[in-house]
This record gives sequence, structure tokens and C-alpha cells, in this order.
Amino acid sequence: MPDEVRVSIASDADLVPARAEARALATELGFTRTDATLIATAVSEIARNIVVHVGVGEIRMSPMLEDQRRGLRVVAVDEGPGIRDIEQALEHGVTSHRGLGLGLSGARRLMDDFEIRTLTPGGTTIAMTKWRVLDELERLREDRRRDVRTDDGRR
Amino acid sequence: MRVAVLRQGDYLIASIQSDLTDSEVVALRELLLERVGRFRCRGVIVDVAALDVIDSFVARALASIATTARLRGADTVVVGIRPDVAIAMVHFDIDLHPLRAALDLDEGLAALDTLTGGSRDAR
Repeated sequence: MPDEVRVSIASDADLVPARAEARALATELGFTRTDATLIATAVSEIARNIVVHVGVGEIRMSPMLEDQRRGLRVVAVDEGPGIRDIEQALEHGVTSHRGLGLGLSGARRLMDDFEIRTLTPGGTTIAMTKWRVLDELERLREDRRRDVRTDDGRR
Repeated sequence: MRVAVLRQGDYLIASIQSDLTDSEVVALRELLLERVGRFRCRGVIVDVAALDVIDSFVARALASIATTARLRGADTVVVGIRPDVAIAMVHFDIDLHPLRAALDLDEGLAALDTLTGGSRDAR
């Protein structure tokens, strides 16, 4: 599994590979087809946010491997003017002058964790993660692997 | 554009073949509106089964196709929205009411027949 997948965003055409990479990584992490679609949709929204409001940026996607759960973390980075009013950008039904204001609130609802850091000027970083809890079988395998590793350490 | 547009009787069938860019989605709307006038169509079917993501932009574009085609005298039915895509679409604050949907092409054609009172051409 890759440590990180990066997709440069410079035009609306770049949303197509961003969605595809998000789905591929989600599938690799064992997310259901529905969750993979929710993740790919959220990635599409934040990538479009870059295209429309800044022009250039990057989407970075990485697997999160924890004891009891797996996550897919998506970070969108741009060096644009920043978001002046984050609350407003996330508000229900608020549309910007180009009528695309729904993207961020939609992305937030599609994912589990969602965080925006912005500097005006300086740029915006949006980090969001979708989690899935390991099932019984995966947990047993995980435990077994840990036990084997501990045994090896003793020898 | 990766969309096949066919004419069947009074209906236009736009079959999207693969994931589209935003520009291609906008171009599709222009194309359909033009064809509705040129062929005097009374119904439009947009088959989105090949789309594995319909985000807020595409959802809005589909609603816009339906609304504008209506102003040109044609009803629109979107067919082939996948179950996972439908689940994602309800997360957006978008009024999806202008969108009429049917399960597949057959159901879509039946829905258009009901909406328009049937195609004038014998089928």
C-alpha cells in the first residue's frame, strides 16, 4: 500500500484522476463500495473548491492504520487567498458568487473528521478522514500478527 | 465528448460512457438543448450508469438539464443512478426535485411515454 498518493490539481480535468485515486485507495483499505463512493465524492468536492477558488493545489491521500480501525485521510492544500469566513463557507445552502458553495459542507457530511486551516493570505489546508472499524476476522488476524512479532522479539 | 447521443423517435438518449470533466458536463447540456430544438424532441434520457461519482456539480448540472430542457418543451428522465451514488447524492443541499429518475433505460422510456403521452413515431 502506498504511504501517500498525490494528485496535482490545476484544472477541472484533474478531478477525474483525483476521484479515481481516492476510490482505488479506499478499495485497497477495505472500505465498502458505498464508502469508497462517498470518499471519492468528497475528494471531488474539495478538489473542485481548489479549481474554482484558487486555481492550483494538491490533493494528498494516505492510509491510516490503527489497532482497531483503518482510515483514509485526505488533505487538500493550496496557496490561495484563504477563506475569510469558514463558518459561512460551511453553512447550509450558502452559495458563493459562482454558485459552488455547497461543496465544502457536502464534503464534511460525507466524511467522518473534517478540519479547515486557513491563512488570509497564505492558503488553505483541508484535512478530512473516513474511518472504518476492523471486523472480527481482521481483528483476530491483527492480534495474531502482533503475537507473532512479540514471539520473534523474545527469541 | 465521451457521451453517445442517439435519437429514437421523439426522444433523445444521451448515454454517458465514462467519468466526465466539468467542462464536458456543461457541454453536454448545451448539446442536448440544441438537439432538442433541432429534432423537435419531447423527451430526453440521460443514462448515468457509467458515472461512479455524481458530486454536487454534476447533480446540479443534471437538474439544470432537466429544467432547461423543460423550457424547450422536453421532459428529462435520468436513468442508471447507482445505489452508492444515490446515497452520496443525498448529502448535498441541492434541490433534486427537478430531476426525474428511473431505474434503467426501459423504465426511463416508459416514464417518458407516460410524461409525454407517448412518442408520435410508432415504436
